[in-house]
Amino acid sequence: MNPIRPNAGLRGDVGNTVVRGDAFLRSDGRKGIRNTVAVVYLVECAHHVAREIQWPFREHDVHLIGFGGCFPNDYSFRMLKALGTHPNVGAVLLVSLGCEGFNRHGLLQAIRASGRPADVVVIQETGGTRSTIEKGRRWVEDARARLADVPRAPMAAHELVVGTVCGGSDGTSGITANPGIGRAFDRLVADGAVCIFEETGELIGCEEIMAARAVTPELGRILVASVAKAARYYTVLGHGSFAPGNADGGLTTQEEKSMGAYSKSGSSPISGLIKPGDVPRAGGLYLLDVVPDGEVRFGFPNTSDNAEIAELIACGSHVTLFSTGRGSVVGSAISPVIKVCANPETYRNLADDMDVDAGRILEGRGTLEEVGAEIHRLTLEVAAGARTASEALGHQEFVLGYKAFEPIGPACHPAYA
Amino acid sequence: MEAIRLSPLDNIVVLTRRVEAGGRVRVDGVELTIDRSLGLGHKLALRPIAAGEKILKYGVSIGSATCDIGPGAHVHLHNMRSDYLPTYTIEEGRLFRDGA
Repeated sequence: MNPIRPNAGLRGDVGNTVVRGDAFLRSDGRKGIRNTVAVVYLVECAHHVAREIQWPFREHDVHLIGFGGCFPNDYSFRMLKALGTHPNVGAVLLVSLGCEGFNRHGLLQAIRASGRPADVVVIQETGGTRSTIEKGRRWVEDARARLADVPRAPMAAHELVVGTVCGGSDGTSGITANPGIGRAFDRLVADGAVCIFEETGELIGCEEIMAARAVTPELGRILVASVAKAARYYTVLGHGSFAPGNADGGLTTQEEKSMGAYSKSGSSPISGLIKPGDVPRAGGLYLLDVVPDGEVRFGFPNTSDNAEIAELIACGSHVTLFSTGRGSVVGSAISPVIKVCANPETYRNLADDMDVDAGRILEGRGTLEEVGAEIHRLTLEVAAGARTASEALGHQEFVLGYKAFEPIGPACHPAYA
Repeated sequence: MEAIRLSPLDNIVVLTRRVEAGGRVRVDGVELTIDRSLGLGHKLALRPIAAGEKILKYGVSIGSATCDIGPGAHVHLHNMRSDYLPTYTIEEGRLFRDGA
């Protein structure tokens, strides 16, 4: 049961526990925990046709993702390329109107080069809505049949990539669910897995504490600079990553929310800084910088939680750990979302939507260690095929907007040097 | 347990359950009387906090007091502010829209 990942040597001997014997083996050696067909619209004008193609298969691991803009954007291309070649995705159908700016040929070529079945239907060349929907559905049926025979291989804990995000935070998030996820992250990093935390705009106020955990002083300076960039960006926009519900829930300031959010990262050393679409090649804890580079353009960096989840998945996340206090109900296309509820009142109100009752700590029904161990165990179970609450309820949210990034430099991931 | 002090450095505590106005909370040997009904997750001053003093939670600053705050008082938007970015609330948004 040798790990297939070519860089396994970087990860040492930890985490060789097999989490599932029948992971979906892709031709690049990466392994998926789901075997999804992605239907991808390349402009809002193709959204309806793509949704109609996907809809009859929505309970059979066929997901809808896409990009609404008509004007081309390197970031959105990179995102859809990363998602179309994600290990949880087995086949991809692109849906184009025909005149949009998106480089459909480039995207199709990149996905085909990964060995996946992939094709494009162009509405203007296929006789319009009805015939494109029929052609698309036939393609999806055929792809699903082909995916049934995809090669399988054992997958070890150290081959997992796990992201974390918080949404609908309140005064309980930073004392139950977030540090609980931090404990789970510490266990996963010890397993050799890649763990990714994010939203530099929600780390404003913790930059110096965070920098002290970087594996090199230079990486520490890069982490501080990424938060300073976020603070500048949000200052120009007028307010930060702070929603009115946060204040109703007892949070008062951005830096208070930040400290709570920061505790999701646990206590491992920080191995690197990545940007959307960068897939870490060695195990460890990474900060995902989600705030665009350069002058402020295109409005708010992350219009809602799912924009951040999509970026975590584009960085390879097989599973996302989502902390909520006020009570978010979302899931995601492509990779399952485990919802960790911080607030015991919210849990009672929205129990069907939640996977973990972390708020029980406040009522003396459990400890932080127990919650952390439960999140870790559940992550491995979901990797092994167990469905999360949001998957069972059919949640497949996805959103992707415009951004601009400079590539990361070698100092951002010292372990590769 | 009605409230917790997350770090020994903190000058505030966090409510772990809903508390009604006039209710009492005991934490770290101090008894506080609550001046208004509050939901869990909200903050109370553990000791007198002077205007301009840092509000400490998790042992770090989460902003500054904008007026003198007495022990047991609710610590929130009305008596503290961020040292980084202004906090946006639905009420402010409504005022802004009505005034526009």
